Amino acid sequence: MASTTQIPAPPARRTALSNKQGRKQGPRAKRTKGPGRFRPNYLGGLGGWLWLAIIIVPIYYVVVTSLKNQAGFFTSNPMMPPTEPTLDNYKLVLDNDFAMYFANSLIVTVGSVVPALLVSFMAAYAIVRGKGRFLTWTNNTFLLGLAIPLHATIIPIYWMITKAHLYDTLLALILPSIAFAIPISVLILSNFMRDVPNELFESMRLDGCSDWAMMWRLALPMTRPAVVTVGIYNALGVWNGFLFPLILTQSPSTRVLPLSLWTFQGEFSVNIPAVLASVVLATLPLLVIYVVARRQLLSGLTAGFSK
Amino acid sequence: MSTSTGSSRRVLEKGPSGWLAAPALVFFLLFAIIPLFGVLFLSFTKWDGLGEIKLDGLSSWTTVLTDPVTGNALWVTAKIMFFSFIVQAPISLLLGVFTSASQKYRAALAVLYFVPLLLSSAAVAIAYKALLDPNFGLGPGLGLPFLAQDWLGNSDLVLFVVVFVIAWQFVPFHTLIYQGGVRQIPASLYEAAQIDGAGRVQQFFAITLPQLKYTIITSSTLMVVGSLAYFDLVFVLTGGGPGYSTRLLPLHMYLTGFKANDMGAASALGVILVVIGLALALLLQRLGGKNRNASQLEGA
Repeated sequence: MASTTQIPAPPARRTALSNKQGRKQGPRAKRTKGPGRFRPNYLGGLGGWLWLAIIIVPIYYVVVTSLKNQAGFFTSNPMMPPTEPTLDNYKLVLDNDFAMYFANSLIVTVGSVVPALLVSFMAAYAIVRGKGRFLTWTNNTFLLGLAIPLHATIIPIYWMITKAHLYDTLLALILPSIAFAIPISVLILSNFMRDVPNELFESMRLDGCSDWAMMWRLALPMTRPAVVTVGIYNALGVWNGFLFPLILTQSPSTRVLPLSLWTFQGEFSVNIPAVLASVVLATLPLLVIYVVARRQLLSGLTAGFSK
Repeated sequence: MSTSTGSSRRVLEKGPSGWLAAPALVFFLLFAIIPLFGVLFLSFTKWDGLGEIKLDGLSSWTTVLTDPVTGNALWVTAKIMFFSFIVQAPISLLLGVFTSASQKYRAALAVLYFVPLLLSSAAVAIAYKALLDPNFGLGPGLGLPFLAQDWLGNSDLVLFVVVFVIAWQFVPFHTLIYQGGVRQIPASLYEAAQIDGAGRVQQFFAITLPQLKYTIITSSTLMVVGSLAYFDLVFVLTGGGPGYSTRLLPLHMYLTGFKANDMGAASALGVILVVIGLALALLLQRLGGKNRNASQLEGA
């Protein structure tokens, strides 16, 4: 089973080394690997800029439209910036409990990602360092989880959550989100942990360290880029998640941001600029984090999924 | 958890206790594996989502398998899977190679390429709904009449609109995977090829593509299995319409269960979804060959 259901696991290739370089020097440093290019590639450059346009045009449209008033939206050219930019749409969205939805999203994201990281890290450590049939079986179970569209299980999850009297609570979103984050987290973390040289563990063991101590004092520092990668990846998934909130919550007090966008769209359907302002506001926190931490984030994700 | 702290030397030599894996396993069994059996069980019952669950034999399966909407949902899913793969795979491969090179402007572009990944599917769908509006969207904005169509109301066009929006959202992620893959190819291979006088296109086909074999399998598997999970984007963008033209299998399952209140039939659809996902994942792994731990660096 292990060899047949393993998904994102091409063999490890000098990654411990290249990760370290990536972290110290950042992506701008001169690389020693990858295709060397000495002549300018005009065709490639053209394609690259074309894709940028495809990415940017919708984002530009959303931002520009969110700054228009409704009359301006109906009369002006859709792609032109507003003649009289207004923040009224943002005020309208903020006045409609945006802060509460934001807080709900934050609670669910932190409440899912931190426990998921903790249990996945411990499991990855046990799977890589330990032996025995139980651990092999556990690992195979997680790998199986990668091949299954877990969304297919929403109906039993809905049943379990209602039976546990958790329907319409934030905990109802947190519990399955933790479970769904585990397979990919264990896979990436254990791929990185295999690269930690065995000698380091052995010398710590000779110093009388327990496994518990080795896990936190050796394995964790050595796999920190992977931990960050997995954390960010899961956080993006939970923050932007739509299906669990849709089926497991109902009232405005438990509404998270993606769901609030959808309900805004229903309530303000005629007021497109306000709907788009809610889209901008919901994305802004992630954009800020991205601007601050983009280098770590990109190099981490690249390394995490290319292993 | 504390079992491993006070262990004896004998235990330490055996490696860490399996108990460390227990919390993750418990979560996963409880909220993924048990529901997996649960969905199979529920497919043999009748339940409206609120009242009692009653055993009902094969009637949900009969309903689902004779309903033409099921076949249509499978067909729509297959079409979207196919088209989104042939659109996304080459674009992300080329962009991955493009952004992995060392020029500064490419690194800057790579930073911008990532932005769609920050948006939720709901946000992307809402943005595109406004953008594709024939009166107030992109078409009139750019003064291009052919862009001013009723993209989401035309059942011949809407499928391709969905494929485009999916690509817009997910190509950035696969670009990252390919970028990482290309950066692990030893530069010595390219240097040798250049000495031999190989051009850029030749290098791409002779070195980059074969070296990326496992990256291609990873990315393709995620793309194909992932296309069974396109729910939120299509739900907000089209709701499955017009008619049934974008009613994908996961969306059909949701609407059957939570809108038509037929949880039995929806569970049967869920089982079909699981079986297809497993079959596709196994098939793709088989295509990739079994011995994936063999070195790819031979002759480097």
